[in-house]
Amino acid sequence: MSQADLTMGGPSTGPIAGIERPFSIPTKKLAMWLFIIADTMTFAACLVAYGFVRNGSPDWPRPFHSITNVALMTFILLTSSLTMLIGLQSGRAGDKAGAFRWTMITAALGILFALLHIREWIGLIGEGMTLFKNPWGTPLFGASFFSITGLHLTHVTGGVIALIVVGIRYKGGRYNADDLEILGLYWHFVDLVWMFVVPLVYLLNLVH
Amino acid sequence: MTTEQAHKSGIGKDLVIYICLLALAGLQFVIAYQNLDPSQMLWRMLAVAIIEAGLAVLFFMHLWTEKRSFVVFVLVFTIFVLLAMQYGWTDSTRMVVGAPFSK
Repeated sequence: MSQADLTMGGPSTGPIAGIERPFSIPTKKLAMWLFIIADTMTFAACLVAYGFVRNGSPDWPRPFHSITNVALMTFILLTSSLTMLIGLQSGRAGDKAGAFRWTMITAALGILFALLHIREWIGLIGEGMTLFKNPWGTPLFGASFFSITGLHLTHVTGGVIALIVVGIRYKGGRYNADDLEILGLYWHFVDLVWMFVVPLVYLLNLVH
Repeated sequence: MTTEQAHKSGIGKDLVIYICLLALAGLQFVIAYQNLDPSQMLWRMLAVAIIEAGLAVLFFMHLWTEKRSFVVFVLVFTIFVLLAMQYGWTDSTRMVVGAPFSK
């Protein structure tokens, strides 16, 4: 068995120094799934803690007047998941240029999402909201909002960097379509987390 | 089926899932503007988010095509820990309704 088989997921059966590959999936892919499970716990803990303080605070603010920005951000992130999949399909079909192009489009959508997010932050900071105070109610709102959206934004930023690096290395022949798939898992996870952040952090805090 | 045909059919399925996800995300925004009790609103939005997450995990992340034992491993482990995080909710209203358990 070659080194490539060991690292990239070659034959799934047969002993590797007496050890079977768990679940018959490539090692890198399993590592990414384990990371995603662990990261799910991180985000879940943040959202449960957020729900806890929101439930326990009688003066929880509802400062969001418009859904336009968050709707646009959601659309962009969902679309970036689709472009990631198209990139992967292109890679699997042997269309290297197409795979690279769609991966870079995904990265561009990620950058657009991050810019919209930062613009929203700047707007809220301009209204007097910080980690420790805000003009509308309990200071915990600012702390929880910036923590959760900041953690997500960090993931998006990391994902964009990874998309660019993996995309370039894929084009250069150092990585293959399996690596795009593994990166895609991470990018879809970032999208998945946003599906919970939007209703809990934004939509439940709309002004009615 | 040729590689090109498989490529196109794969994108077709992904496109359907993408449209479903957009529709479900839109549904969350519709729920947000309904005149509902906050707890009702929360449960409805969470239900939609769980369906969205399920679609994304199964089809975008291709968990559906993995070995069944791996699917069971991911789902059972994740759901168990997520449920285990919910044990403290009754204490979240302590600050609002008084503190009988803190005395």
